[in-house]
Amino acid sequence: MTNPFLEAQASLFEGAVSCRQLAEEYLDRIESGNPALNAFVHTDPAATLDAAERVDARLAEGERPPLAGLMLGVKDVICQAGQPVQCASRMLEGFESLIDSTALAALINAGAVVVGRTNCDEFAMGSSNENSVFGRARNPVDHDLVPGGSSGGSAAAVAAGLCHVALGSDTGGSIRQPAAFCGVAGLKPTYGRVSRFGLVAYASSFDSIGPFAAGLGDLAAVLQVLAGHDPQDNTSADVPVPDFGGALTGSVEGLRVGLPKEYFDPSLDPEIAGPVQESVDRLQEAGAVPVEISLPHTRYGIAAYYVLTTAEASSNLARYDGARYGHRAENPTDLQDLYVRSRTEGFGTEVKRRIMLGTYVLSSGYYDAYYAKAQRVRTLIRGDFDAAFKEVDLIATPATPGPAFRAGSHADDPLSMYLSDIYTVTANLAGIPGLVVPAGETPKGLPVGIQLLGPAFSEAELLRAGSVCWPPTHVSA
Amino acid sequence: MSWEAVIGLEVHCQLQTESKAFSPDSARFGAGPNRHVDPISLGHPGTLPVLNERVVHYTLRMGLATECSIAPRSVLARKHYFYPDLPKGYQISQYETPICSDGRIVVTIDQGPDEGTQHEIGITRIHIEEDAGKSIHDQDPTASLLDYNRCGVPLIEIVSEPDLRTPRQAYLYLRRIRQLVRYLGICDGNMEEGSLRCDANISIRPVGQTTLGTKTEVKNMNSFRNVERALEHEIARQTALLEAGGEVVQETLLWDVDKGRTRSMRSKEEAHDYRYFPDPDLCPIVVTEAMLDETRGQLPELPEARVNRYTTAWGIPEYNASVLTEERATADYFEAVVGHLTDPAGAVIASNVIMTDGLRVAGERGIEFDAFPLEAKRLAGLVDLRAKDKLSSTAFQQLFEVMLDDGREAGTLAAEMNLLQESDASSLVPYVDEVFAAHPGHVEQYRSGKTGVIGFFIGQVMRKYPGSPDPKLVRELFVERLTSNETPDSE
Repeated sequence: MTNPFLEAQASLFEGAVSCRQLAEEYLDRIESGNPALNAFVHTDPAATLDAAERVDARLAEGERPPLAGLMLGVKDVICQAGQPVQCASRMLEGFESLIDSTALAALINAGAVVVGRTNCDEFAMGSSNENSVFGRARNPVDHDLVPGGSSGGSAAAVAAGLCHVALGSDTGGSIRQPAAFCGVAGLKPTYGRVSRFGLVAYASSFDSIGPFAAGLGDLAAVLQVLAGHDPQDNTSADVPVPDFGGALTGSVEGLRVGLPKEYFDPSLDPEIAGPVQESVDRLQEAGAVPVEISLPHTRYGIAAYYVLTTAEASSNLARYDGARYGHRAENPTDLQDLYVRSRTEGFGTEVKRRIMLGTYVLSSGYYDAYYAKAQRVRTLIRGDFDAAFKEVDLIATPATPGPAFRAGSHADDPLSMYLSDIYTVTANLAGIPGLVVPAGETPKGLPVGIQLLGPAFSEAELLRAGSVCWPPTHVSA
Repeated sequence: MSWEAVIGLEVHCQLQTESKAFSPDSARFGAGPNRHVDPISLGHPGTLPVLNERVVHYTLRMGLATECSIAPRSVLARKHYFYPDLPKGYQISQYETPICSDGRIVVTIDQGPDEGTQHEIGITRIHIEEDAGKSIHDQDPTASLLDYNRCGVPLIEIVSEPDLRTPRQAYLYLRRIRQLVRYLGICDGNMEEGSLRCDANISIRPVGQTTLGTKTEVKNMNSFRNVERALEHEIARQTALLEAGGEVVQETLLWDVDKGRTRSMRSKEEAHDYRYFPDPDLCPIVVTEAMLDETRGQLPELPEARVNRYTTAWGIPEYNASVLTEERATADYFEAVVGHLTDPAGAVIASNVIMTDGLRVAGERGIEFDAFPLEAKRLAGLVDLRAKDKLSSTAFQQLFEVMLDDGREAGTLAAEMNLLQESDASSLVPYVDEVFAAHPGHVEQYRSGKTGVIGFFIGQVMRKYPGSPDPKLVRELFVERLTSNETPDSE
């Protein structure tokens, strides 16, 4: 494991390099490396260099901002005042945000420099980063493969070393699945741990901002600043923030690790099962105790997830109507025509599919059969985890049912794409944190990830175990 | 056949908070278009609502004042429809769990056979929601204009049970709501400016029938009088329809104030499916016992309690008391005047002058009593003079008018204007004696039964005395002298 940010920061604090030099270096990397990957969709070199110089000025004043030297990628669904936020959609072409995401502002305040905005599925809806108005992002391991989604650009950018750390958002696995596909670490924090203010909403009760990093030291340093209560987000939790870096001790002695039998089904792809088992073995060798557990309602997770998230999405995306900002159809004949054509032209197929589905499940006469029932499933899934965490400290699962797939391979079958989230959606349904770290590789050399789930606000414990799961020879970027 | 109307009202009150319901921008009325907006109230991508706590406190005041049950936990929900003045595509409101429910409002019937009786109207629910912006369709020939200042301003919606039977009852109920929200200091109750709005659900049925007829909803009644007129019209329309063998169609109607009739806005088939669901951005509203206690402590004394106190403690006639308590500012002013009186016996005088001349002046000047130019303390000084008979009623009137625009005290002005009347008998007696002695003939006339000549005696004293004697007192002195056995000659 390497921690490119912490290494860069050490050089910066030694005076061996300036923040501006770091920024120049990373802008160069993006310029040369990005065309093949399409991981970044927007850069503003002048703003990046200005920001880097402000950090240098703080250093000259004797300050040591905790994230000084951090070269940060930001998913195109996170707002920064004065910068575009397009959500990889035609709908928001040319839209510039007036607000700062609380989470991003905290990182910038702590010395981070934004090097660019990263590609993603439109409005964070997708598992392959193919649903993007900017075109698909590519997996650095093999450009014919998807990087995963929806935060595919962020995962690819970190894996390719185009930035130290990137922010993503995770509604059903959108950080963890691309982290697994690209062989980097990705954390979906506990719901409420990181403010959602300034994150363009997909499904409000599921969305979390979280980091991608090449090493857990880098990830812990960024999480330290991301975490915290925000009065501007009513769902943000006012709970203490522990020392995340301090949890990376390598000690897991006596840690009880649950292995849910529903996730280790005999049909699990052996290419995935093998590296995941090796990671679990590393935990066991270090003193952790594997325990077989059951999460009986797992099989209802995907259905409940797609009912509830599309319901919320249909509501959250109602504001994009062409009336005030964003894409507006030309020469509308009346209000109805303005709405219908602006939304038809502005949204891509997957977004429209989910709006339709969500509108349907909230409709009068269908609400109880779909939305209300899915909420009950959500409660049951939460209950599964509550019961499990009475027996075990953490749960380990495969991150994905298979490795990164070829672009276009799910194009005609959205449902098969939805099923690629099968191991990740439950954490969002339950609001618990999930960390994906590299577990190893398939025989063909494709990254495989292991997912660690813990009780609410147990990110430090996930990091502690994650550092032990990490294959000793794996270098992410 | 005779028909009975069944009416329920949905009343929206804009809460007078500084900032909006879910964002920090100003909620004040009257700024230029789109001056009170921010990315949150405009629903920009990435923004989140946070509930203004004052909205909850204000709503609780109304809930407690109308004897509602208060939900310890209530949910904010999203109500969806597309319209350009609704930036998020949904309105934050409450659906399954309103914060207040099951209350009541009592009105006193003011006309007809039931005049003077009390009528209770059940309150189904009071819930919190946000206002939409304003669409302006009549300023530009081809475009609709949008003003988002109002967007996100907090509202409470008060839904009544279908307990109203006449347009007049609806009018009285609405006036009562206006009075309450103004007393509670949560809404200015101005229907013309739209800070108080009313929609009515109305059906008719044969008298004696217990099931409800098909209802219509009437909107756009933007004054108290229009509510009464629109309901009268709609009752007549429905009655004519049914009597002609037709059927009432369930629909939403708009009141056209110029034409004095309702017209269809949308039918039941066109009704929106609002797709309500709990707003995932907002935690449930939790009301604790401590919050309720605090709100109870903040409730002002309400009008009926004041009427009671005025009549029992100060002997104010009931009618005066109800006029004075109609507006909280008037009642507060009246109480301040009484508080400054040296003798509370002047309270009746104060009540009379405030409810007649005071209200007239306030009306003429378009002001409330909290801005009345004749301050309570100075008016109390004036009332005191009148109560001690130092002023004639004419002089009292005259001084009241002068003091509206002259900031000096009543005593000073009365002296300067020579309006003080003498009410000390001892200084008057020598003058009475003099006139009595000088006019034995008139004394004789009086004693022989022509008591009208007393006016002559009073006039003589009034003319001779250097100040303004109290004619009442002069009369008393003469009556005493004339009915005695004393003769002028004996002096």
